Amino acid sequence: MATIAPERLPAAEREKLTATWETAPGLFGWFASVDHKQIGIRYLVTSIVFLLLGGVEALVMRVQLAQPMQRLLGPEQYDQLFSLHGVTMIFLYALPVLSGFSNYLWPLMLGSRDMAFPRLNALSYWLYLFSGLFLYVGLPLGQAPNGGWFNYVPYTNRQYDPGMNIDIYTLGLIFLGISTVVGSANFVVTLLRTRAPGMSINRMPILVWGTFTASAANLLAVPAVSLACFMLWLDRSFGTHFFDVEGHGHPLLWQHLFWAFGHPWVYALVLPSMGIVSDGLPVFCRRPLVGYTAVALATVTTMVIGFSVWVHHMFATGLPAMAISFFSAASIIIAIPSAISVFAWIATIWTGRPVFKTPFLFFAGFILLFVIGGVSGFMTASAAFDWQLTDTYFVVAHLHYVLLGINLFPVMGGIYYWFPKMSGRMMDERLGRWSFWTMFVGFNLAFFPMHIVGLEGMPRRIYTYPAELGVGGWNLLITVGAFLFAAGILMVLVNVLVSLSRGAEAGPNPWDAGTLEWSVSSPPPPQNFDIIPIVASRHPLWEDRLEDVDERSQLGRGYLLDRGRETIGTTPMDAEPNVILRMPGDSLLPLLLAIAVTFLFAGLLGHWWIVSGIAFAGVLAVLIAWFAPQPPVGDEKARLYA
Amino acid sequence: MPEITTASRALPIGGTGRLTTGWWGMACLLATEGILFAYLIFSYAYLGAQAPQGWPPGGPPSLKLALPNTVLLLASSLVLEVGHWRFRARREKTAMPALLLTAAMGIVFILVQLKEWTNKGFGFATDAYSSSYFTLTGFHLAHVIAGVIALVVLSVWAWQQRFPHEGSLHLMLGRIYWHFVDLVWLVVFTTVYLVPQHP
Repeated sequence: MATIAPERLPAAEREKLTATWETAPGLFGWFASVDHKQIGIRYLVTSIVFLLLGGVEALVMRVQLAQPMQRLLGPEQYDQLFSLHGVTMIFLYALPVLSGFSNYLWPLMLGSRDMAFPRLNALSYWLYLFSGLFLYVGLPLGQAPNGGWFNYVPYTNRQYDPGMNIDIYTLGLIFLGISTVVGSANFVVTLLRTRAPGMSINRMPILVWGTFTASAANLLAVPAVSLACFMLWLDRSFGTHFFDVEGHGHPLLWQHLFWAFGHPWVYALVLPSMGIVSDGLPVFCRRPLVGYTAVALATVTTMVIGFSVWVHHMFATGLPAMAISFFSAASIIIAIPSAISVFAWIATIWTGRPVFKTPFLFFAGFILLFVIGGVSGFMTASAAFDWQLTDTYFVVAHLHYVLLGINLFPVMGGIYYWFPKMSGRMMDERLGRWSFWTMFVGFNLAFFPMHIVGLEGMPRRIYTYPAELGVGGWNLLITVGAFLFAAGILMVLVNVLVSLSRGAEAGPNPWDAGTLEWSVSSPPPPQNFDIIPIVASRHPLWEDRLEDVDERSQLGRGYLLDRGRETIGTTPMDAEPNVILRMPGDSLLPLLLAIAVTFLFAGLLGHWWIVSGIAFAGVLAVLIAWFAPQPPVGDEKARLYA
Repeated sequence: MPEITTASRALPIGGTGRLTTGWWGMACLLATEGILFAYLIFSYAYLGAQAPQGWPPGGPPSLKLALPNTVLLLASSLVLEVGHWRFRARREKTAMPALLLTAAMGIVFILVQLKEWTNKGFGFATDAYSSSYFTLTGFHLAHVIAGVIALVVLSVWAWQQRFPHEGSLHLMLGRIYWHFVDLVWLVVFTTVYLVPQHP
């Protein structure tokens, strides 16, 4: 087994590296930090706060729906709640929480000292935070988005929805889209350029494959929804005619653009979390993942096919039968790569020696929920059946099985799995098991009956229902399940808070895992690695124990790179070192840029053009400072530990 | 205890060309911007395909200003390249003249395009065609304006002699972006001006 580095480096060298990479103390450091670990944790905390907000919105709706003809909420309040619930969960929780994991973990998994663009990383976080607040600004005013998370026209044309609600939605999503694109570009370049020497693409963790695939897709998908939102904002603000029939516009254009984005996006919400399972589950099965190559390729294939299935959201819009057949077929075919991953996980458990710790429970529970959600997805992919199901609670059941099942359960498992790395302390195992079983039972009680009430004809997005529909009993059960599920999530959070101060010491590698992030101390030092490792296999820490692995990674030997903030740049495929990358240190520019962009969007929302104009000048000024050329530097003969 | 040694092969710091992370960042930017224009053109074509009357409703657009303007924009790319080549070959002390001349050509393009807009017999909110015409060409114009600002800022830095003759990341990224803006115009021009000429 490759040995662990820290004590191998002279203390003076270590301190020098730590001092170089440490974020400045105090308030300045807090605002100016570009450390991927701090940014990752900010992403995680912020997205969990949004998860709680979206959860409270859901619970209020469940109280309203617990019995027929309740009057806790009026129709307008209900519209805003389900819209904000969807927007929050899908845009402000589901992707950002995965960005949090990836931000924190990527450089540690890849054997690097930071992301490729540290300041861009900070920028994407600040933009995410401010756009999230922007989307929420209407709530206290009773002006929150109220057109559902996919915001169909013509309901959302000014004529039918005159308030500020939809303007907040359209501008908010464009705003958030900037954050997503910026973050995605950073992941793409980080993967291609900053892997440790020797980490060729067939040696990367699957989480890295998942986030890379999702990020590449986001670069290509997010502009569709940003454009759709921009055109709707033009329609609403300046009377243009993209979506209204009177001016020869077309409402279906919105649906095409939205779902051309929306479907790749839902894969972006699940592929990284499937990666969490592909990396975490084998650790608790005491063996490498079965079918690494097949799972990696299935990840990419799912996304490629994912770009050609968007019309399955539009089967009921009267499109030609030929088009519907094509998209129906594509939607059915996408089950194949998903099934490959499922069989790989099952085979990993089957042929391994499972250790039933909390993360394992979440990962294994996820497999079951994924299969249920996959089967209901397979059902809705059939156009004829979809006509029966569309806009009923069956679809609500399906989307919650896939989004919560594939995103939230792996995320909770990932929290239990990586919390020791992030905090240096273990979470409580007993409370962990309780939290899993509470969530698992609550989830299925809440969402499985939705299939049934959907088949019985209960429409989604209606604030109440008559007693004659005969679904009052089921709905009461659903509400009870939802509260149980919420209690389970609270248990996880209590566990996190208590374990932060009282958890047992974790040490560098409490789960005896095989990947690079477990080779450094918990929590990792600011420089991540004292010496940049040289990677020779997929599991550098397991090499002595795996029979078929002859290579030996070098964790105590390699590039030192201590002349300033430096890390190694490598070739995209084989990860041969070919450049030394100088990284920027603490900077207020990302925060300033995000503030300027916030004022720009605030101006657009209120039609205060002067505010927007000044803010735009601010954006330019920050960008010029950001890109100011540095004096050229020559080559460097790096120092090596050999 | 491992020994400390010095690598026999020197590695560049930051590097030039595709070794830089900047080049890869620019590639990501162009990918996302390129697809944005693809979605813009999709929207324009979708509304055109569904239009009840002709597309464009007023008949094919005039090429009188648009064609020479296209030639001007393409020529500006050439000017930038020639100027940059002369700077690299050390025939110019700085890259400033080439950058400023390119920016000036960009500004003329912007002015002609604004004139072209005012010549149109319709406004932004007239119908679906006018909305998508102004939005598509407007998105492109915004990119030209961004490019001109970038060129002007670069020329100030060039005047301050902050770029090396060879391997300047800034000049490379500025050039790539400007050529991209030109290339996009060729596609937009073909879509909006040339395709409707032979209905």
